[in-house]
Amino acid sequence: MPVPFAADPPAEAISVTGWGRTAPSSARVLRPGTYEEAVRAVRECGGRGAIARGLGRAYGDAAQNAGGAVLDMTGLDRIHEIDAVNGLVVCDAGVSLHRLMQVLLPLGWFVPVSPGTRYVTVGGAIGADIHGKNHHTSGSFCRHVRAIELLTGDGETRLVTPEDEPDLFWATAGGMGLTGVVLAATVELLPVETSLMTVDTERATDLDDVMARLTADDHRYRYSVAWIDLLARGARTGRAVLTRGDHAPLDALPPRLRAEPLAFSPGARLPATPRFLPGGLLTRRSVGLFNEFWYRKAPREQRGRLRKLSSFFHPLDGLPDWNRIYGRGGFVQYQFVVGHGEEDALRRIVRRIGSRRCPSFLAVLKRFGDADPGWLSFPVPGWTLALDIPATLPGLAAFLDELDDEVAAAGGRVYLAKDARLRPDVLARMYPRLDAFRELRTRYDPRGAITSDLARRLGV
Amino acid sequence: MKDAFGAPQSLLILGGTSEIGLATARRLITRRTRTVFLAGRPCEQLEAAAESLRTIGALVTTVPFDALDPASHEVALGKVFTEGDVDMVLLAFGVLGDQARDEQDPLAAVHVTQVNYTGAVSAALVSAAALQAQGHGSLVVLSSVAAERPRRANFIYGSSKAGLDAFCQGLSDAMHGSGVHVMTVRPGFVHTRMTEGRPATPLASTPDEVAAAIELGLRRRSTTIWVPGTLRLVMAAVRHLPRPVFRRLPV
Ligand SMILES: Cc1cc2nc3c(=O)[nH]c(=O)nc-3n(C[C@H](O)[C@H](O)[C@H](O)COP(=O)(O)OP(=O)(O)OC[C@H]3O[C@@H](n4cnc5c(N)ncnc54)[C@H](O)[C@@H]3O)c2cc1C
Ligand SMILES: NC(=O)c1ccc[n+]([C@@H]2O[C@H](COP(=O)([O-])OP(=O)(O)OC[C@H]3O[C@@H](n4cnc5c(N)ncnc54)[C@H](OP(=O)(O)O)[C@@H]3O)[C@@H](O)[C@H]2O)c1
Repeated sequence: MPVPFAADPPAEAISVTGWGRTAPSSARVLRPGTYEEAVRAVRECGGRGAIARGLGRAYGDAAQNAGGAVLDMTGLDRIHEIDAVNGLVVCDAGVSLHRLMQVLLPLGWFVPVSPGTRYVTVGGAIGADIHGKNHHTSGSFCRHVRAIELLTGDGETRLVTPEDEPDLFWATAGGMGLTGVVLAATVELLPVETSLMTVDTERATDLDDVMARLTADDHRYRYSVAWIDLLARGARTGRAVLTRGDHAPLDALPPRLRAEPLAFSPGARLPATPRFLPGGLLTRRSVGLFNEFWYRKAPREQRGRLRKLSSFFHPLDGLPDWNRIYGRGGFVQYQFVVGHGEEDALRRIVRRIGSRRCPSFLAVLKRFGDADPGWLSFPVPGWTLALDIPATLPGLAAFLDELDDEVAAAGGRVYLAKDARLRPDVLARMYPRLDAFRELRTRYDPRGAITSDLARRLGV
Repeated sequence: MKDAFGAPQSLLILGGTSEIGLATARRLITRRTRTVFLAGRPCEQLEAAAESLRTIGALVTTVPFDALDPASHEVALGKVFTEGDVDMVLLAFGVLGDQARDEQDPLAAVHVTQVNYTGAVSAALVSAAALQAQGHGSLVVLSSVAAERPRRANFIYGSSKAGLDAFCQGLSDAMHGSGVHVMTVRPGFVHTRMTEGRPATPLASTPDEVAAAIELGLRRRSTTIWVPGTLRLVMAAVRHLPRPVFRRLPV
């Protein structure tokens, strides 16, 4: 557990992992409660540097720093200002999106981009330049960020806006915390009339069918995603359930709900998953059955159903610590994107995953909109697929290396916020602006004070 | 850094000409390993070993290292760690000795223990401290089934490995939570130059099989592995054999 901030005497090192619970490393976890403490932590971080950490929802080693300092930013959690007229919030980087929703929804505002979990911080949202189901309409998170307060490795704090310092801003967007520590941000919000969603659901019989449906009418929805069953084979390869929708307007609510249209009630969280679960609970058979059940239960077609925000955006958040069901060995998430015109690569990869019988729960397929300006931002226009796989699956390491090659050959890339295993040479092929990023880091951080396990592993 | 599957990018082998050590290096080079340090007593074989790993794409450096000179370990190994992170240290040096001779020649017996036990204790402590300072890494130590129950036929070697094995079990606990993973490897008979000319015992393996087991152990973050894995069960039974029976076992 994080200790209260203390630079002297030095905090004791503890073991840290990402959400996937692979590759633990140990670091001094400091929890600054003020900007000054954060500044001091970076200035005095010592030879093995420092990295910011939010709620640790990145799957791999992005928010780890072996032998150095990890700045647990959740102690910086003030909301400074809400402009409820123009829809702007100024808050510390450690504020979670969950908290923002609690505070902002009653005022008629929503976060501009929401990932598959509300339990991420604003700093983490910027560090990974996260995308949501609205990427095709709204782009990634940082497009909605007006300004950030950034503590760079040289120990200076700078106000960075996309207008005044575009390089530093767009390197920080998706820069995995490696340009410095975001202390606070100004974020533009989305106006909403209610806290409910109107959702259309439809089944697609195979991969081509999903792609066709997403291509044909994604533009009619603000939010769109498809859950695909990667264990289905043969003619059913890539069968999927599409859920697409938008915030419900007030007049879509039944009269009894109109009194309190903006109530945010995500519902009770279930008890935490037990700490010690044996590995091997997720077998091909159990996962296959689950996927089958879930596909059958989805309506063939349903329009305009009202659903809670939480069940539409964050179905897994009701089950705290669900990552533990993968047992001690942990799991990896593989998320990649390939551009439009590379549909064949996507088909090949889906077929390969299917024939390898990876016990993967529903995977997520989404059609991205325009690329984002962040130098290391993940999204490019095209198709992104994300799947979870137990890390102990035999042969997985080599299999994913092969998929990397396929993805890179198609001009695509994998998502660093999910990565725990990419090869350094492949990274450079996937992110053409890597050299510029490295050069910028040395400019603002000549000592190399800001670093992470991910940076060491990938030679960023 | 190791990846999600425990595959190291950099590797330090203590006992740089060890056949098991080199087989492990070759295997890990096909995964993520790019940088290799081969530590050993300077000789032609050490350079040849380095060259053979270069041809398969690794960046190899040889480092002078003598297990019998513990006073030099800190400086000799410390230098390696100043060049960058070492994700895995493989302690692969060891001598088998000659039981019959060593029983007659106490100093020869002591030599076996000094390499296998005291030299290893020193090198392991130096390595563990360096790994702890960098906050991550695996220390993989080649013990032996011989450590599990001393046999008439090789109890001098066996006792040195038993000491080393006990030391590693304790070190593993001491390192718990430090980010450092200590793994003890207990192979049975392995076909290498160390065992050349001796009759193979049942459940013998090859250096490549030991290497594969080590790779798997890294992935699972195991603390103790047996090669082959079935030896775990066999030895669980052997441990409880009555002594008169055990003494008469042909192996
Ligand atoms: C169930 C689940 C669903 C997800 N769905 C999505 C999704 O739909 N879309 C998506 O894009 N991502 C998704 N993610 C990934 C997640 O959104 C990102 O990993 C996000 O960065 C996590 O934020 P965090 O606060 O937990 O940050 P951490 O995981 O702690 O850190 C992530 C990165 O951000 C950096 N960082 C954190 N705080 C700061 C700061 N204050 N200043 C500078 N850098 C900082 C860290 O250094 C690190 O590189 C999902 C993750 C989970 C577990
Ligand atoms: N082979 C088996 O059946 C078997 C079974 C169980 C366990 N093991 C253990 O596995 C390890 C590797 O064995 P192996 O089969 O690969 O044997 P190997 O090829 O003979 O390797 C032994 C290594 O130890 C080195 N060494 C010996 N004395 C040294 C010293 N004073 N200083 C530094 N290095 C020294 C040797 O270096 P030089 O080239 O300089 O001599 C050689 O590199 C050993 O610890 C062994 O006990 C082996």
